[in-house]
Amino acid sequence: MIFLPLFAALACLFVRAEAARWIALGATLALFVLGLVLWAGYDPAGAQWQFVERVSVGGRYLNWALGIDGIALMLIMLSVFLMPICIGASWRAIERRVPEYMAAFLLMEALMIGVFAAQDLLLFYIFFEGGLIPMYLIIGIWGGVERIKASYKFFLYTLLGSVLMLVAMLVMIATSGTGDIPTLMAYDFAPGLQYWLWLAFFASFAVKMPMWPVHTWLPDAHVQAPTAGSVILAGVLLKMGGYGFIRFSLPMFPEASAQLWPLVFILSSIAIVYTSLVALVQADMKKLIAYSSVAHMAFVTFGLFAFNRQGIEGALIVMLSHGLVSGALFLCVGVIYDRMHTREIAKYGGLANNMPGYAVLFLLFTMAAVGLPGTSGFVGEFLAMMGTYALSTWGAIFATTGIILGAAYMLYLYWRISYGEARTADAKAMTDLTSREWLLLAPIAAVVLWMGIYPESFMAPMRADVGRVLARVERTAPAGDSRPTRGNPALATAAATEHGGGEAAH
Amino acid sequence: MGNLAPILPEVILGIAAIFLMLFAAFARRGSSATHWLAVLALLGACVALAGAPQESGRIFGGMFAADGFAAFGKLIIFLSAAVAVIMAHGWFDREFEHSGEYPVLILLSAIGASVMVSATDLMMLYIGLELQSLSAYVLASYRRHDARSAEAGLKYFVLGGLASGILLYGISLLYGFTGATSFTGISAAFAGGSIGFGLIAGLAFTLAGIAFKIAAVPFHMWTPDVYEGAPTPVTAFFASGPKIAAVLLGTRVCLDALGPATDQWRQIVIFAALASIVLGAVAAYGQTNIKRLLAYSSINNVGFALVGLAAGGQGGAQAVLFYSAVYVVMTLGAFLCVLRMRDADGRPMESLSSLSGLSQTQPLLALALAMFMFSLAGIPPLFGFWPKLMVFNAAVDAGLLPLAIAAAVLTVVGAYYYLKIVKIMYFDEPTGAFQRVREPVQTALIVACALFVSPLGYLLINPIGRLAANAASIF
Repeated sequence: MIFLPLFAALACLFVRAEAARWIALGATLALFVLGLVLWAGYDPAGAQWQFVERVSVGGRYLNWALGIDGIALMLIMLSVFLMPICIGASWRAIERRVPEYMAAFLLMEALMIGVFAAQDLLLFYIFFEGGLIPMYLIIGIWGGVERIKASYKFFLYTLLGSVLMLVAMLVMIATSGTGDIPTLMAYDFAPGLQYWLWLAFFASFAVKMPMWPVHTWLPDAHVQAPTAGSVILAGVLLKMGGYGFIRFSLPMFPEASAQLWPLVFILSSIAIVYTSLVALVQADMKKLIAYSSVAHMAFVTFGLFAFNRQGIEGALIVMLSHGLVSGALFLCVGVIYDRMHTREIAKYGGLANNMPGYAVLFLLFTMAAVGLPGTSGFVGEFLAMMGTYALSTWGAIFATTGIILGAAYMLYLYWRISYGEARTADAKAMTDLTSREWLLLAPIAAVVLWMGIYPESFMAPMRADVGRVLARVERTAPAGDSRPTRGNPALATAAATEHGGGEAAH
Repeated sequence: MGNLAPILPEVILGIAAIFLMLFAAFARRGSSATHWLAVLALLGACVALAGAPQESGRIFGGMFAADGFAAFGKLIIFLSAAVAVIMAHGWFDREFEHSGEYPVLILLSAIGASVMVSATDLMMLYIGLELQSLSAYVLASYRRHDARSAEAGLKYFVLGGLASGILLYGISLLYGFTGATSFTGISAAFAGGSIGFGLIAGLAFTLAGIAFKIAAVPFHMWTPDVYEGAPTPVTAFFASGPKIAAVLLGTRVCLDALGPATDQWRQIVIFAALASIVLGAVAAYGQTNIKRLLAYSSINNVGFALVGLAAGGQGGAQAVLFYSAVYVVMTLGAFLCVLRMRDADGRPMESLSSLSGLSQTQPLLALALAMFMFSLAGIPPLFGFWPKLMVFNAAVDAGLLPLAIAAAVLTVVGAYYYLKIVKIMYFDEPTGAFQRVREPVQTALIVACALFVSPLGYLLINPIGRLAANAASIF
């Protein structure tokens, strides 16, 4: 599954533009089908790690070890689902150097799958960092005006975060004598050491995630990247941070996590409120969505470090949902950008009149981003907040504020773009979605609704794994003592219902 | 004769050098036979390396060791010398008539370098170093009508002479205070008694002399000028074979002769390592000449190798060896690409801006160079990542965690200018195209180097690792 896109990428390099497009589309669709087969073959009740393969490459340090659990499966599904859509979105938008573009995307896909499937620390790192190179090229070659600055910022920021993680990995291998992730997930490091290791991993994942205050690369990268690049960046790359937290930070360093959760909560609270406010005043559509991504990722960190089932499951659903929704929103921006070649909100208006189909889909995704019940956003955010509330009331207060602000900036954006009078003649003349664009957006819309109405199909594969993470956290971290929890499920449910009610009113 | 078996590679090269000198004098001008014969001799020496008895221990009264460590170093040196000779093919023919001496000088320099890695005595060390350096001075000023080349040669010679003086002074101090010139004797003296100031001074001067050859900060000043001025194939050779020889020589001196004084030299090496990494990364920012930039890149990379040395022990030595092997391939690959930068008249171009838009005019060359750059920066999934990892790992194992962290963070600083080259090639619009060069052997070498640094290189971890472990087992 990793090799298929690699070969396709090589093939793309040697053909002309049109052929490269078809090869890329074929390969990504084939991968999507493979992903479905994988999902069908995955047994939620079976072993924790399935489809395992293992070959020794680098002595005791590096093994070619792959295998997935439910969490990895869902994230791989997300990647392979978004990929054909990205290729489709670039079908006409990219006219220059198409073969290289397609090759970069396929390389990216191979590395993303690798990240989620790696079962060896260093192999994980190689995939994790390797993703920088194609993304750097995608932003730098096919990006906007400020692309070079953005690509440097993206590359160096992420690299700086990651090298600390690399050293931490070496320390882990030196201490435990193995780089095998499943073994390490059950290995108990000394609490003092855990503290430093946790911080090193945090540095990397927080940048990738991104959390406040290391999020500044994201708006630049998003704004400058081509549409499909933004989709992948928001849809999948940001999820690597969350995946890292749940795969490494929580199970490997439970004591440190129990000790340091206030740090995460404080940063997430600031992120949610601050970036939401920043998003409110953006004049650039992509920038607005980029800031909203930072805010949504804060829900993920809230949920993950809530140390309970609702929190973690909610965080995972937020990750999946945000992957779809923000991807779709970037596509929506791409659709009108392709027609008008500007991302300035002020240039648009009244699109509901001449682009009704577009307005409907855009509305759906806006609502999903806001967290309207019935869409995927609601399920995740609701669960994550329930979890947060059980751990920290203050955290939940800030998180809810974020939801309100989120509704404000998203609806404000929608209002300015779709309603009122068209502010320019060009905006008035824009035509509705083409069939190609329908083909891109409709599947995402369907999945968003599916996830909102029946999230169980997405949660089922992950449930057992969340349980394992919880068992790990509960067993080693007597977190109950340090948590100001009320410990009363009835109370928590009541409070949560209140939030839910508040949301429905939006 | 049995006594000569361990030095068979050097004997082969020595005879080949003398024969080729005569051959070149009578051969037709512009004939490339000398080049290919020299390559043949170097490859023959590599074969002899495998055939020579490895466990013969030290010969010539304990002055010369033909062990696994030396063999590993010699393999790198001979191969890089062979590549340097191949690179010159088609380079000098075009603009310079006396191309016959070039392979001879490379051969002599390679002999010197191979003596350096085998030396187990301060005298032998000095002989090897000087043989290597004297040939190198001549090579640097090889295009004597070119002012820059002549300047490079002179600068190299004067500063190199100074460094040799410092080294000799250090050697004399070590000899004076320990009464021995052999590494074993010095080691015993260090282990025996308290380490006085005289010994420390001797140690510091000796290391300074070696640091000059390695081009580690603060003895790096000559590097950018010499690398820029010397003809490109010569620069490629300087950056690979002799440099690695000096690194390995330093490793042997530190771990063998000065083994008991680890605490004393470790500070020096750590300083040199970090200073090299920082300076190599920062000073490269403003460079516009690709050869100067690669000079700083080599300073930067040697800093990482020194991190491994600072870790010490078998693990450290292994990391240094691994790093050297991969570094040489990346560097030679990069220089092979630089060699392709010729304008329409076939004159060499060296400015970074001439690379702009290369990905559109010559996509495969650009891809290869980009791979070398990412690899030199140590970005996975390219193979250049692995030796950096080994080095950090050695430092972590040796308990030098702060050093590992500092070095790791500094890779980010260095990554900037490697990215700059990629940016120029891929993001900028083309300004002009390079002349297309027909050199099938060089093309094959570029492809081979590119495949080596590609993720396929990871398959070589075990073979190279075994060789390096075997080589490091002497410490």
